[in-house]
Amino acid sequence: MTDRKTNATLFLERRSYRRRRVMDALRLLPIAGLLLWLFPVFWPNAKDGPDAPASVSMSGAVTYVFIVWGVLILSALALWWAFAHRAGEAAEPPERDP
Amino acid sequence: MGKHVLLVEDEINIIEAIQFLLSREGWQVDTHSDGATAVEKVRSMRPDLVVLDYMLPGKNGIDILTELRADPDFHRLPVLMLTARGQSRDRDLAERAGVSRFMTKPFSNTEVVTAVRDLVQLAQ
Amino acid sequence: MISVNQLVAVSLVYVAFLFAIAFFAERASVRGRSGWLRSPLVYTLSLSIYCTAWTFYGAVGYAARSGMEFVTIYLGPSLVMIGWWWVLRKLVRIGRAQRATSVADLISARYGKSNLLAIVVTLMAVVGVTPYIALQLQSVTLSVSIFSDPVQSDGLSQSTATFWVAFGLAIFTVLFGTRNLNANERHDGVVIAIAVEAVVKLIALLAVGIFVVWGIAGGIGPMMDRIDSSPIGEWSMDRSRWVALTALSAAAFLALPRMFQVMVVENEDERHLQIASWAFPLYLMLMSLFVVPIAVIGLDILPAGSNPDLFVLTVPLAEGQGGLATLSFLGGFSSATSMVIVATLALSTMVSNHIVMPIWLSAQAEGAQVSGDVRNVVILARRASILMIIFFGYLYYRLSGGGAALAAIGLISFVGVAQFLPAMLGGIFWRGATRWGALAGLVVGFVVWVFCSLLPSFGPDAVLSATVFDNGIAGMGWLRPQALFGVEGIDPTVHAIVWSLTLNMVAFVCVSLVTFPQPLERLQGAQFVNVFDHSTQARGWDAAPATSEDLMVMAQRILGPTDALSLFRAEAQRQGLSGHLPEPTQGFLQTLERELAGSVGSATAHAMISQLVGGASVSVEDLMAVADESAQILEYSNRLEAKSAELSRTARQLREANEKLTALSVQKDAFLGQISHELRTPMTSIRSFSEILRDTDELEQAEKTKYASIIHGETIRLTRLLDDLLDLSVLENGQVSLNLDTGNLNDVIGQAVLSAGGDRSTRLTVRHEQAQIDRPLTTDLDRLRQVFINLITNAQKYCDAPRPELRIDVVDHGDGLHVVFHDNGTPIPSESRTLIFEKFSRINDKDGSGAGLGLAICREIMARLGGDITHEPRADGNAFIVHLPAQAALAAQ
Repeated sequence: MTDRKTNATLFLERRSYRRRRVMDALRLLPIAGLLLWLFPVFWPNAKDGPDAPASVSMSGAVTYVFIVWGVLILSALALWWAFAHRAGEAAEPPERDP
Repeated sequence: MGKHVLLVEDEINIIEAIQFLLSREGWQVDTHSDGATAVEKVRSMRPDLVVLDYMLPGKNGIDILTELRADPDFHRLPVLMLTARGQSRDRDLAERAGVSRFMTKPFSNTEVVTAVRDLVQLAQ
Repeated sequence: MISVNQLVAVSLVYVAFLFAIAFFAERASVRGRSGWLRSPLVYTLSLSIYCTAWTFYGAVGYAARSGMEFVTIYLGPSLVMIGWWWVLRKLVRIGRAQRATSVADLISARYGKSNLLAIVVTLMAVVGVTPYIALQLQSVTLSVSIFSDPVQSDGLSQSTATFWVAFGLAIFTVLFGTRNLNANERHDGVVIAIAVEAVVKLIALLAVGIFVVWGIAGGIGPMMDRIDSSPIGEWSMDRSRWVALTALSAAAFLALPRMFQVMVVENEDERHLQIASWAFPLYLMLMSLFVVPIAVIGLDILPAGSNPDLFVLTVPLAEGQGGLATLSFLGGFSSATSMVIVATLALSTMVSNHIVMPIWLSAQAEGAQVSGDVRNVVILARRASILMIIFFGYLYYRLSGGGAALAAIGLISFVGVAQFLPAMLGGIFWRGATRWGALAGLVVGFVVWVFCSLLPSFGPDAVLSATVFDNGIAGMGWLRPQALFGVEGIDPTVHAIVWSLTLNMVAFVCVSLVTFPQPLERLQGAQFVNVFDHSTQARGWDAAPATSEDLMVMAQRILGPTDALSLFRAEAQRQGLSGHLPEPTQGFLQTLERELAGSVGSATAHAMISQLVGGASVSVEDLMAVADESAQILEYSNRLEAKSAELSRTARQLREANEKLTALSVQKDAFLGQISHELRTPMTSIRSFSEILRDTDELEQAEKTKYASIIHGETIRLTRLLDDLLDLSVLENGQVSLNLDTGNLNDVIGQAVLSAGGDRSTRLTVRHEQAQIDRPLTTDLDRLRQVFINLITNAQKYCDAPRPELRIDVVDHGDGLHVVFHDNGTPIPSESRTLIFEKFSRINDKDGSGAGLGLAICREIMARLGGDITHEPRADGNAFIVHLPAQAALAAQ
């Protein structure tokens, strides 16, 4: 009986640990997205003048923006799945907001 | 002889019985069956004794008794109260209101007749 | 080539289809089958009203002019959605918890329910969004003009077309936007229609894009080559605009009134937000995927000088794809209409709740105590606001001439509504934000926006003279609309964004720091900022002076009688009280206020309740005056208050229980006395007369017989009394086993009439019209007959009319059958009416033959049979009504 009790607690802790990390990732994802999408600011620009290095081609820029977009969407999807899935699994301690 | 008794009671069969018993003893028995006007009746009739039922339509026996006792004319009027409620609290109430004798129905005939006789004698 | 007439026909069919969808959605939701209407998919699609005609048509034009810059308008919202955990989660939770109806309502609620703030926000929103509505109207007109033959321009004149589009949108919004008063009861019809429109515009843009990439360019590879060789083939980005526009679109996404409407007000389930966190960025990505290819091909194949804003239409037309162009037109049409509908809905809620209703209420002398149903006024105000806002949009379109000035309004409008953001975010994350701070920020931001963004958009010498542009107001060089404080060389849009938001925030923060919030504001602030962990209720009502009746009367007028009644009854039940009037506890007042806020906005709701309750949270204010600043003390005092309220409620309940027990004990004493009296009285006669018979010798035979028959009669009376008592006790203890049987109601009545009339010679005439229809029923027929016999014998005994008469009627009633026993005797006096069903109550019982248990037994029997028995006085007598439950009647069929 004592054994079962200990096991259950361990299991719960492990699960709520995972949940916390999913929440961390949820918080970090938009920041990552923001940084990735701000990155084009550092690209050489056609307006910089004749001395500037050759600027990025439009097709490359389009591809970059949309690949970042796709990765963000897929990550958000994965995180949502992890979040909803775990939340629905069992009764857990109520979430704590920082 | 010729003592005057007022019987305040609303059950016809009981009226019939008591009337029979007391008139056989030589009393003059008048009856009244409405609680609300019972005090008026006593005032106008001035009986030597009142046999009063506890539960009466209009006004109950305790209230009638209290009202009578408040009148100095009837301060010493013998009142025999009959009740069918059979609760000890009622006896207390009646005694506090100044009843002369308290009897629970069903009574024995002898008891009633004796009580009436004793009360009238005491009052004289 | 498709003619304008065909296009109009297609649009009309499409509009009719939308009306039908909205109508059926409303119907389904009324019937409670709205599950599928409220799926995460529909929620995500409804968010797509972010993509207006400005983005549908304009994005391609934007790309043709400025390359990838257009995408910033989508990047901001994508980041906000992906980062839902940070802001949206809290915003949606607060919006739902406070039942906020609009951005204005949310801001006003946060800052102590200040209606001044609500009015400022509403006016700003109207000024900021109305031009945007005009832009949508323009886009529809412009797209129609593409299809019209330039030679014969007989078709529709542009302004006429715009008028009819505006008219149709107004009708739709009034029809489906104001069906329910309660803004939080959500608009299923509207939401489903805009979800359908979202699908249409996505499919339209994807179809054009796929046609362009694979139909014209010949695949992805060749497309990429054409992009690189096009005029926009090089990365040429104004860096400040890239950053500023991404931030601006994110801000506008949060602050736009129409986005608040679909994101918060129409939100059904917070989990939908989690799904939309990836699904909506996906939608945005798909919407922008083909923008650059379409722009590049348009620049390539169309003659120079064609309007790039209409490439989405003109490219398919140029390629002879009439069907595709029509689909594309429907996409643009959808974008425009869905935006106008939701924006108008959101604005009209604000205008009616924060401007029209307060004015109307204060115009009423009695304030909240007005007579009549306020709901009609609210709905009327909302409808009028809708018409007014669409009319403003139309007017703006006509006055501005529909020219290029309008095209720029999209971003300008964004900057305008973004001014709400500091007050909103500050309000939900910073407890120190105050009403005056919010007001200062809003006003400063608004003024800067008007000066730097709105007025210059009309061009030099339109509203602001060229001199002001060059030299500033009154020659003050630091007051130039595009170079505030002498900072020159910034892109005008970025300039407006940076200065308006910066000054807005500075004013907001500084004024907040130096002003002291009112108690209500602080409490609301705590509730907003700590929405996830607040369990104690913050704001307090000193509820003593408010009576539940007053509150009920007010709630009925705003929520409608049914909703109000069920709200009050549920609360009464929760408090463990019978009846429908709960104690006006703090908790209940808050619930009520929030319900009302859903209809008329929080500031108005607060004002109405405070009028009835008399002074807002006086006790809290007193506490605050002496208490320390810290939130702990505040919350502690709240908890104390809640506890003392709880205690006094418990005490009241105990007192109630005690009163009930005392009443029960008195009843029991009276009952015992009654029983004793009923038993002893006949026994007295029996004893007395039997003693007379025993002891008296000289009795005559007649006397003996008389006394013996008295004894006999009294014995029978005793027996009957005992029977009744036993019957009643069995019934009351629920030990009775019902003898269910199926029979005919008419037969039962007939038998009862026979057996009641059989043994007595009475003068009572019983009329029982045998109904033609059989009325089968399943119940305990013997018991039912007993009830009927009792009622008939009662009439025999007590009916004192000269020609006593009893009429027995059977009446069908919604919830079963009513058997009415109607006599023509003297009506029972009203003071006795409540007593007749009590045990031992005898009204006018002259001969004393009844024990007064008959009707009590009848009532018990009917309760056992699932029915009831009641008495109604009639003009010409008494009616005893036996209610038979529907299932007894139905079960037999």
